[in-house]
Amino acid sequence: MNAGHGNFDEMFDGDGRTRPAYADYSRWYNEQPPEFLRRKNREADDTFRRTGITFNVYGEDQAEERLIPFDMVPRIITAAEWRKLSRGIEQRVRALNSFLYDLYHRQEIVRAGRLPERLLRGNEAWLANMVGFTPPGGIYTHIVGIDLVRTGPDEFFVLEDNARTPSGVSYMLENRETMMGMFPDLFSRIGVESVSNYPRRLARSLAACVPPAFEGGKPTVAVLTPGIFNSAYFEHAFLADQMGAELVEGSDLRVVGGRVQMRTTSGFKPIDVLYRRVDDEFLDPLTFNPDSVLGVPGIMDVYRSGGITIANAPGTGVADDKAIYSFMPEIVEFYTGERPLLPNVQTWRCADKDSLAYVLDNLAELVVKEVHGSGGYGMLIGPTSSKREIEAFRAKLVARPENYIAQPTLALSTCPIYTAKGLAPRHVDLRPFVLVSPEGIDITPGGLTRVALKKGSLVVNSSQGGGTKDTWVLKD
Amino acid sequence: MLGRTANGLFWMFRYLERAENTARLLEAALRMALTRDVVTAEAEWRSVIATLGLTQAYQAAHDSYDGVAVWNFVLRGSTNPGNVREMFGAVRSNARMARTNISSDVWEAVNENWMRIDRLLARPVGQTMVGEALAAIRRAGTQVHGAFDGSILRDDGYHFARAGTFIERADSSARILDMKYFILLPSLSYVGSSLDTGQWEQVLRSVAGARVYSWLNAGQIEARGIVEFVVLDDRFPRSLAFCRNALRDCLGALARSHGVEGRAIALMREADTRISHLTVDQIFEAGLHEFLVDFLARDAAIARAIAEDYRFHA
Repeated sequence: MNAGHGNFDEMFDGDGRTRPAYADYSRWYNEQPPEFLRRKNREADDTFRRTGITFNVYGEDQAEERLIPFDMVPRIITAAEWRKLSRGIEQRVRALNSFLYDLYHRQEIVRAGRLPERLLRGNEAWLANMVGFTPPGGIYTHIVGIDLVRTGPDEFFVLEDNARTPSGVSYMLENRETMMGMFPDLFSRIGVESVSNYPRRLARSLAACVPPAFEGGKPTVAVLTPGIFNSAYFEHAFLADQMGAELVEGSDLRVVGGRVQMRTTSGFKPIDVLYRRVDDEFLDPLTFNPDSVLGVPGIMDVYRSGGITIANAPGTGVADDKAIYSFMPEIVEFYTGERPLLPNVQTWRCADKDSLAYVLDNLAELVVKEVHGSGGYGMLIGPTSSKREIEAFRAKLVARPENYIAQPTLALSTCPIYTAKGLAPRHVDLRPFVLVSPEGIDITPGGLTRVALKKGSLVVNSSQGGGTKDTWVLKD
Repeated sequence: MLGRTANGLFWMFRYLERAENTARLLEAALRMALTRDVVTAEAEWRSVIATLGLTQAYQAAHDSYDGVAVWNFVLRGSTNPGNVREMFGAVRSNARMARTNISSDVWEAVNENWMRIDRLLARPVGQTMVGEALAAIRRAGTQVHGAFDGSILRDDGYHFARAGTFIERADSSARILDMKYFILLPSLSYVGSSLDTGQWEQVLRSVAGARVYSWLNAGQIEARGIVEFVVLDDRFPRSLAFCRNALRDCLGALARSHGVEGRAIALMREADTRISHLTVDQIFEAGLHEFLVDFLARDAAIARAIAEDYRFHA
């Protein structure tokens, strides 16, 4: 079967031959009776519905909770490919943490003229009260998700760094559980690296980041969620459950005696490490948004005085907006002294006059994104947009050019999905998950593969109708 | 354990119990109505609404007590905020809240049953579907309890869940008994007279005790025996005495694990002394209604004290 549109297909080469990574899987797949595959495909849907693996969609009364579609054909990466990726990811994550430290301390990179100061001043995620403060262990981003896309056999690009609160790890884990439940024989035939110890790795990594006030014993780790109506609540509960940590909400927490404490049935108990899934601006109503009930009044004072570790550190988001992204090659070089192992996607900063002119001339071929946007909102995909949409976007771009970046539409790789008519190629991306602690950088072999379920579509976001796949890293 | 999580477990099981008891009450009424004339049937449905404390809300929406209208109001009525569909939604959202303290077996049992019940109650429930809907609600209780018993650590969470179950169950049994007593006995002089055995049988059905009672009493249906059974027989899992015993055990275990006895235990002791040595004659003598009103008030006070003792709220 041929992908048939010139893009790199992960499973088949241009002549329809199966690539080596998929050799064993393909053999297995072809042995399965079609009716068996059809039945399994229905079963997968039921499994997810029963286990309640949903995400919430805001602003839709009836469909408050939605299922992320799951495709049962795995995305497969060889051990050699993964080693290369890991090195690149590790280098990048190390640079991100050094960069964040520098930004909130001496700002050497700005002094050296390698990063314009306006990017910091204009950055909405910048937190003045992190200036001069060093988080426990010197770590800013403890949990990172690096979004990658592939365009060829040896060509991976970083599309985005998610340094503040990357989500999706629960889907990585549940996708694997579902696959192992449905096709146990497959896993006994093919050696696939395990991802299921991620929660233990996360717990260990967080526990290694205790604050100065930690009194010894077993550190108390808690996950802070905005609550059951948050779109990622399932993931918050899942991770807390798997880590054996408490899942807390702002209303459970109070500052008592200089520590952040949770209200238990036998009184208040101090928390050492808080894995928060609440945005900076809601974290502390005394410091940030005074109307927020999601956070903990006074937590920033406790944090600054060494009473708690917050993961990821407040102010981390400054490193993952899209204007900073465009400087990542310089950032990696500046802090590691090495050439970046993983390239960026070419990016035009619309704040720059020449770039803006180029972007305006080539809108129909480009993807234009909001610097602070996320989740596939507020973007223009030139090639699939109508003339009218392009013109409407042009007006926005001219009005606030500094708010946008543009990238070429990449020839994103495809990976087959299962359909009633057999395998069909769809575009995919990949988000590996990275843990950072004073003990080191730990990358779980796998990640979340998101897949555009509509033919030809490049949009893989779950909020925009994308699905997910199990991601396999083969054992050597 | 977080106070909020304890609260979530407590209410998850209260709502689960409430949904199940409501289904039993409707099933008993349905059976009753099918075997009686229209007038008696109407009185029957009226008593269901009264037992559930929904008289005002129901009368605001309906002029007459017709079976289809009543069960639809109870199960899914939009002007009845405590309808069974909502109750089961509350079971599920409390389970979500306490997700880290229940096993995936329990969560899946809740989630699957919620999906089924939500679908069954999405549209008006007609004559042909009501039996299936009620059975599904009852089965949900059984399945969740089964998953819970088989997979949950016997720690605080378990006892909070059980406390919710028995507070609610005692409340339900007492209400059913009280309502029937009022309807059946216009005055005390009726005690011991030949009562409508069908009505009393319906009390037994509502508390899932008809078969057991007949077996214990060789089929003799009479008021004294039934009151004794539903109030005092501590072998019967829906009796007031059984619920009190179970609740006493829960509170004892919680006090031990927290190393402190709270107000709930004190209230429990006081309530306990009033039931453990009573005979059915003494109950009738002092007034069954007065006894039940007192029981319900104490049950509610214990529930409030549990919430305070264990910091359910900020």
